[in-house]
Amino acid sequence: MSWTKKILRVNLSDGSCTPEPLNMAWANEYLGQRGLASKYLVEEIDPTCDPLGPDNKLIMATGPLTGTMASTGGRYAVITKGPLTGAIACSNSGGFLGNEMKNAGWDMIIFEGKSPEPVYLYIEDDLAELRPAADLWGKSVWETDDLLHQMHQDPLLRIACVGRSAEAGCLYAGIINDKHRAAGRSGVGTVMASKNLKAVAIRGTKGVGNIDNPEKFFQAVNDAKAVLAENAVTGQGLPTYGTQVLMNVINGVGALPARNMREVGFEGAENISGEAMHEPRPSDGKPNLTTNAACFGCTIACGRISTVDKNHFSVQNKPEYWGASGGLEYEAAWALGADTGVDDLDALTYANFLCNEDGYDPISFGATVAAAMEMFENGQITTEHTGGIELKFGSAEALTKMAELVAHGEGFGLDLGLGSKRLCEKYGRPELSMTVKGQEFPAYDPRGIQGMGLGYATSNRGACHLRGYTVASEVLGIPVKTDPTVTEGKAELVKAFQDATALVDSSGLCLFTTFAWTMDNIAPQIDAACEGDWSVERCLEAGERIWNMEREFNKAAGITGKDDTLPKRLLSEAVKQGPTAGQVNRLDEMLPEYYQIRGWNEDGEVTEETRQRLGL
Amino acid sequence: MRIHQEHLGKTTMKINLELYASLMELLPPGKSRHRREIEIPDNAVVNDAIKQVGIPDDQAHIVLVNGHFVCGSERDSKKFQPGDVLAIWPPVAGG
Repeated sequence: MSWTKKILRVNLSDGSCTPEPLNMAWANEYLGQRGLASKYLVEEIDPTCDPLGPDNKLIMATGPLTGTMASTGGRYAVITKGPLTGAIACSNSGGFLGNEMKNAGWDMIIFEGKSPEPVYLYIEDDLAELRPAADLWGKSVWETDDLLHQMHQDPLLRIACVGRSAEAGCLYAGIINDKHRAAGRSGVGTVMASKNLKAVAIRGTKGVGNIDNPEKFFQAVNDAKAVLAENAVTGQGLPTYGTQVLMNVINGVGALPARNMREVGFEGAENISGEAMHEPRPSDGKPNLTTNAACFGCTIACGRISTVDKNHFSVQNKPEYWGASGGLEYEAAWALGADTGVDDLDALTYANFLCNEDGYDPISFGATVAAAMEMFENGQITTEHTGGIELKFGSAEALTKMAELVAHGEGFGLDLGLGSKRLCEKYGRPELSMTVKGQEFPAYDPRGIQGMGLGYATSNRGACHLRGYTVASEVLGIPVKTDPTVTEGKAELVKAFQDATALVDSSGLCLFTTFAWTMDNIAPQIDAACEGDWSVERCLEAGERIWNMEREFNKAAGITGKDDTLPKRLLSEAVKQGPTAGQVNRLDEMLPEYYQIRGWNEDGEVTEETRQRLGL
Repeated sequence: MRIHQEHLGKTTMKINLELYASLMELLPPGKSRHRREIEIPDNAVVNDAIKQVGIPDDQAHIVLVNGHFVCGSERDSKKFQPGDVLAIWPPVAGG
């Protein structure tokens, strides 16, 4: 459907599940998913509330194209106030849950309050009720998924749930659906667990409908699918190598951070790359990569399904990890690998399995381990803290042990669950935390890619590549090549990426389509599916409106222009070697222009004029 | 790597070629995963080397010499120094 025009409000405190009509006035301004759910959140919660308290709300939201025949139209997002950052959080996931929610007849589900006991939400079309989950509490994501399927005797049930890391309070716990697709960043799973909500299980049988102009939609979707199929990136590169093909590219251009971003360039990069995942292992002749995989409705299929060598130390005598499961994506491989100095592909894959099994963000986890390793090297953290583990850069044994401790919420894993910022503060070295607004960096060093520095600094959910992926332009030449080493023009580039991304994230489509699609391909699909005239201009204005609304929420939450910055290391410690040697990020050359282009004042505040222009 | 017949007898130099992703199929047998030493004419430009290796025009998407981008417009003029590293990717993306 496009909009079902119906939402479900779940009050966890009193156990009620109440249908409501969708606010169509808001839908016409904010489209769906990220934008529309953020509007609900902004209107309904106190921005200063405790993210892990009952006053915070958690929204699972689809977009108008979720569940349609549009390619990649299976996305949903989780919107809440994030515990890692205190900022608005929106984590997007694929798999099959979003489609199922839409097929059950719901645009979004708003969770409020806190349940006195562990519960899960069961939805079967119009039926929606909270059920006891005491037997599920303390179980991993994988166990919970299996148990719910057994309990309901329904193999087509789609499940999103939290694992033991979230229950233990890990601040970067995600919500995992379909066992290995994740609303992964910013701690949205921690919020879910704080509400004693273990899982959401959905079965939808209503089918797809409510398309405003079916004939026009059919044409727009087919045209757009042809573009994806014919494009070398979405038609060949991503299905074959996945996002992991970037490991060597980013290392090659001198922008791969390593060892807690102390270095740029990782000598082991090619051992953990997308190409390496294709190589037969000496032990059994099988490659790490078993197959690629697609989410609902996707014609790209970038997902990785992998195995770990049964003889690898990490899985010896652990047959539960010998099967094929969700494999490494680029950001995870970087954080678990280059940032910790580990180039053992099997160890990284095992750690990634654990991130899926117990639901925590591999980017924040890897980056936090990297910070801990630097503090171990410097003596602030010792084996007394780690339970005897030598937490050294490059140690695959230490990495996998830390992954187990975070997964189970045990020992030093509880410290690692604080995230890099709080961990470094606790051990007296706050400057070693590689974070923006409390969230850990992904896999692109802003000293080598200038625009990404501005994107990180101004991201509404802390350091993140998915709020404005200027790597596409600065490195990959999509849609046009720009020079990653210059700051000129980057303010405009970052704004354009941020606004367009906000719109795509609100549609139900996957951001990866934009390696082939422009707004000229996306707007016609939205326009045909949704009532009203959704031109390219209106789509981009909606994206800008969403960005500014998020910014306003963060300001009310106490996050201001002073937080639009990067760690000192990235602003003052020059790259030592390689093609970007001598570079730092020159944020000060970009930020004032960015504020100006955004229509904000010099302190980074949205002006009244901009507010009025966007209808905020 | 094949050396075109017309280059034989002329002065040549050695550079390091690195091919990635689907272009790895064009690598001759060797120990390194991505890198081979190749011999090119002294006056070869980047596009000469790309042709010598047999990479179709539309597949040389990201081209780096010593980690620095060589855009399409520079590939007919950019020359090499001995020992340079020429790295080439087909159209790829991730994130």
